Amino acid sequence: MSTPAAAPSSVLTAFAPSPARRRRDRRARAMIAGFTALALVPLVLIVYYLLEKGLSSWSGSFFTSDPTGASFFKNVSIGGIKSAILGTIEMVAIASLIAVPIGIGVAIWLVEYGRKSMFANIVRFFVDVLTGVPSIVFGLFIYITLVVTDLLGRGLAGYKGSFALTLLMLPVVIRSSEVILSLVPNSLRESALALGAPRWKVIFRIVLPTAIPGMVTGVLLAIARAAGETAPLLFTVGGANATTFSPGSQMNALPLQIYNDILSPTTSVINRAWGAALTLVVMILVLNLIARLISRRSRLA
Amino acid sequence: MTSDGSTPQTADMPSDELLDPQSSPIRRQTPGPAAAAADGSAKRQAASGKQAHSVHLEKLRAFYGTAEQVKGIDLDFHANQVTAIIGPSGCGKSTMIRCINRMHEEIPGAHAEGRVLLDDANIYDSGVDIVAVRRAIGMIFQKPNPFPTMSIFDNVAAGLRLSGVGRGDLHGKVEAALRGAGIWDEVKDRLGQPGIGLSGGQQQRVCIARSLAVDPEVLLMDEPCSALDPIATLKIEELIDELKQRVTIVIVTHNMQQAARVADRTAFMLSGDLVEVGPTQQIFTNPSDQRTEEYVTGKFG
Repeated sequence: MSTPAAAPSSVLTAFAPSPARRRRDRRARAMIAGFTALALVPLVLIVYYLLEKGLSSWSGSFFTSDPTGASFFKNVSIGGIKSAILGTIEMVAIASLIAVPIGIGVAIWLVEYGRKSMFANIVRFFVDVLTGVPSIVFGLFIYITLVVTDLLGRGLAGYKGSFALTLLMLPVVIRSSEVILSLVPNSLRESALALGAPRWKVIFRIVLPTAIPGMVTGVLLAIARAAGETAPLLFTVGGANATTFSPGSQMNALPLQIYNDILSPTTSVINRAWGAALTLVVMILVLNLIARLISRRSRLA
Repeated sequence: MTSDGSTPQTADMPSDELLDPQSSPIRRQTPGPAAAAADGSAKRQAASGKQAHSVHLEKLRAFYGTAEQVKGIDLDFHANQVTAIIGPSGCGKSTMIRCINRMHEEIPGAHAEGRVLLDDANIYDSGVDIVAVRRAIGMIFQKPNPFPTMSIFDNVAAGLRLSGVGRGDLHGKVEAALRGAGIWDEVKDRLGQPGIGLSGGQQQRVCIARSLAVDPEVLLMDEPCSALDPIATLKIEELIDELKQRVTIVIVTHNMQQAARVADRTAFMLSGDLVEVGPTQQIFTNPSDQRTEEYVTGKFG
């Protein structure tokens, strides 16, 4: 701040910070910038290695061929990740079809009917607990209830993995939808009720249309999270090489493919894991971008 | 009750008029033929007027949990008149009018006691359809709140669609309602545009049109101009003067000049009690209660 010598009584000089305070300010700024840079280091490295190692294994046939299972024979192709991509999409789709309607239903009940009642608060508490449960626990739960008992079909199966992912998604969908629904201004509900509308119509014609862009965001984030999970699938789906659309059989999935491939001693197989990882990250990135686009169109805060 | 086809048939039902679906507006599921015809032209209706219904409060008490906010009020709202409720903040004005169409009980933990008679029917009787009550007694809120996901047309049509009486000439009814709210000429070329794109005063008149569309008997206004500028306020006040040809109006206001301008009768409330009610002129120039005089002359409040 350049202070004209001719105006010592200027108001601006009175507000100029002392040199000591400027030094403290510089130190604090440097510290914050340093921590930010430190946090960025692993992120940048992850993206760098993903692109470097993953892109090199990407090719046309990488996405259009199933893994062959071969890994030791020099002249035999190891194959691509087609079955893993399709398996992930199918299992996550089944999980979403179950988790999204149930989750939104629970959220509607919590906001519109349960409100502050004892039971609603108990439900909220358990939903919060479920949010914090490690994903492998959901896999174990399905393992002991559906896989070991051969309930609903024998052994490992794709839909059992979907059930584990459903359990994982439910609390996320419930909580995010509840937050969005409670953002819908009460005045809208009141004016609709005051017009002589029954409560269910107020919910379906006024509250939900207002909340949907925001809820879609939460749902897409839950889907993205489920798509990246390995642990719930390990003892429920098993894994497979060939593409199958039958949810009753063992299936492949991107996280499973990555998990199995990095255990291999063969470089080309490990590279396939990088290619699969990059594919998964790009899929989740696309979901996140869609979520952002939709939430920008939201009419709520 | 001469022009809306709901003449009480006391000869048939001398003992319990309430249970006769034709005798009372809150029992009426579909408008009678005369009422439907009257919907056709708001202009004709405004010119000829219609006999609206009166409202009587008997020992009305309203609670939030155990706190008594309205402490036993007896008050008459005369048909086709504007009654203003004045009083300092927190005196129970809004709570009281929210009891008149049973919106008060929408707040968790809130309930009301006593009787609210629409003509002779107690809207708090156990057999009464709460949805029909709100169709007969519309409400305008402090902040204009058009439904954000809907166009201007859909906003006005919302009441008809939501309450399930919207079959038939939807366009005609929407136009009549918008004309009745004095905003047809301003919005007729942009009916498809979102309601939230209008100015605050226009939004409030669209909300009034939305309430008029379901053809209520009584219109409750909870400080309808408190979020509007003076010119928009003036338009609403002129509108109120026209509307009393077809409906009975109860308006809560903080603005004593407004009460003096629009109201035929004025009621003064203080900490949950009705202090005094009478012709507006008398309340402002020659009140019988000391507290009323102190309030209207600006000594407190």
